[in-house]
Amino acid sequence: MSEAQRTPFVESLLEAAAQAELPGSGIGWLDAARRENLDAFVTAGLPDTRVEAWKYTALRALGQRRFAPGDEQAATRAVDAATFMLPGVDGPALVFVNGVFRADLSRVDALPTGLSLQPLSQALKGDAEPLRFALSRHYREGGDAFARLNAALSGDGVVLRVAPNAKVAQPVHLVFVGAAAEGAAPAHPAPAALAHPCASDLAWHVRHIVELGEGAELSLVEHHVASGEQQHLGTQVTDIVLRKGARLRQVTLQNASAGSTLVRHDSVQLDEDAQATLYVLELGGALVRHDLHATLAGDRSRLETRGVFVLNGRQHVDTQMAIRHQALNTASDSVWRGVADQRSRGVFRGAIVVAEGADGSDASLSSKNLLLSGQAEIDTKPELEIYADEVKAAHGATVGQLDERSLFYLRSRGIPLVEARAMLTAAFCRAVFASLDNDALREHLDHQLMAHLPSA
Amino acid sequence: MLKIENLHARVEGKDILKGLTLTVNPGEVHAIMGPNGAGKSTLGNVLSGRDGYEVTAGSVTFNGVDLLALEPEERAAAGVFLAFQYPVEIPGVNNTYFLRAALNAQRRQRGEKELDSMQFLKLVREKLKIMQISDELLHRAVNEGFSGGEKKRNEIFQMAVLEPKLAILDETDSGLDIDALKQVAQGVNALRSAERGFLVITHYQRLLDYIEPDFVHVLADGRIVESGDKTLALKLEEHGYAWVADKDPALSGASA
Repeated sequence: MSEAQRTPFVESLLEAAAQAELPGSGIGWLDAARRENLDAFVTAGLPDTRVEAWKYTALRALGQRRFAPGDEQAATRAVDAATFMLPGVDGPALVFVNGVFRADLSRVDALPTGLSLQPLSQALKGDAEPLRFALSRHYREGGDAFARLNAALSGDGVVLRVAPNAKVAQPVHLVFVGAAAEGAAPAHPAPAALAHPCASDLAWHVRHIVELGEGAELSLVEHHVASGEQQHLGTQVTDIVLRKGARLRQVTLQNASAGSTLVRHDSVQLDEDAQATLYVLELGGALVRHDLHATLAGDRSRLETRGVFVLNGRQHVDTQMAIRHQALNTASDSVWRGVADQRSRGVFRGAIVVAEGADGSDASLSSKNLLLSGQAEIDTKPELEIYADEVKAAHGATVGQLDERSLFYLRSRGIPLVEARAMLTAAFCRAVFASLDNDALREHLDHQLMAHLPSA
Repeated sequence: MLKIENLHARVEGKDILKGLTLTVNPGEVHAIMGPNGAGKSTLGNVLSGRDGYEVTAGSVTFNGVDLLALEPEERAAAGVFLAFQYPVEIPGVNNTYFLRAALNAQRRQRGEKELDSMQFLKLVREKLKIMQISDELLHRAVNEGFSGGEKKRNEIFQMAVLEPKLAILDETDSGLDIDALKQVAQGVNALRSAERGFLVITHYQRLLDYIEPDFVHVLADGRIVESGDKTLALKLEEHGYAWVADKDPALSGASA
């Protein structure tokens, strides 16, 4: 792409890169990796809908927006801790405001034995060498624009390690607050004000590296919240590695500002006998993209994914899940539910590949979706590619409406239509989190879900 | 209480009810019998407000209010209850939660105070005793995995909690063995009172051995063609529905 064709989006981020003083700058390999990723991002720009992975998510409007190069006051901006309190989650916490680590809001004293938890900005001040492999990654595919951008501009994030055989009982809380950058936000921002980009739109980028040693156990909560209405762009790239026999349970609660753009890219690698269960609840954001790539790399590794999105207004949420079975007797089980109301749009792609030699794999994927309005849209696409023998695989995808008979049944007992719809919709989603054994947190997710459904 | 006059209704463009007239007063139990296709279930559905039923003529008033102008939930709040022929299974919605939401929604619509969970639990315990239902049923999702008998008993249990003024039982006996039938009938009888009217829709006389009606009406081709006391049901049992058709040559083509 020639200079003349650069979109305002690319231009503004290029300016941001020129001004940024990122943690870790001066480390030769890191500078080089950042530069190369920035060049790749600028050259390719944002993908268009001809790129298969972006078929249902157009980035043209985003390409016309400009973002300020980060929040100078992020380190001191007042944020009410109540915005990110979660019942059942009172262990160690790292809090980031507009992508900047906030020691004053975090809880990192008295970490349990075997847990090492640090902001990336701090880790880069010490021996950065252990981070080299993850941070010098190159993203080649056309669709990886945001991963490149993140690699070029991220200076903070989470570095979390659990020592072999350490079992961390208390969930670790990772909080990402998108905070309005200009004073207090109006209580009821006019829709027109949200539709137009302004100088206070910020871009922030966080990069996480998580490793569970052999036999380690961890429960992790990733939490995106808003402090005041804003239309920031957040990008996040997470690498998670589970060594032999390690167990991870992760809950992601995405409750970002209604005007924001949030792009997350997760890579999860499971070695022998490792097990991961990932719960995802997508509620917030205007434009949200989540790439979840998991590799069952070791024999007998198991992955469960459980996800729900509940959309309204003009929200657009796109989940792209790719699971690769590449070892013997591996199992993956994925259950996703989507609800779209008003003019919102949900996209779910679940691609499962059983690689050659991954005999005895067991893969199942269910994506069921509910349209609550005639103008909402959900595109779901399960894909299954099998190159191995003795494989058990099942997948199903549906998009439908609420069952009229059930609605009438509830109404015939006196429950008004809106309430009946909310009740049935919640029931449709609720089963997804039934296996989450943190009762307080599960109930909280339930309440959040109910609060996002159309109700009386 | 319930006044149906010259009711005409159609489903999917087909006329089903063709001039039905019936009055139910408080305390009365009316049985509506009739062959398949006579319009029995249509009557229940029209009265409870299910979509897809078009009333083309006639009127239905309930305690002076135009029932047909009300939404299903408003009819429920006004005191109309339909026990379904096929109760719907609703996975993910807890039976107790559902019932409390229903009762409180009705109370809200009537301008009454909602019951808190303690008051509700007390009420439920009382009703469970009357219905002889185990409270295990309450902890499950609405009708999910219930046997045919459990589903019907759950309908009657809901009726006991919601305390309607008019209860419509739509072929409540269908698919029940004799023990389940007796249990359901027992529940219904426990709810009979001077203030409550019943419309018992059934194909077979059998149910009426256990729920004794004050009036029996024969529905054929969308109209009530014969009315009498409980002995009419026995006559029907003996002679079959053809007997009614024979009495009214205009119907001979319509009976099943």
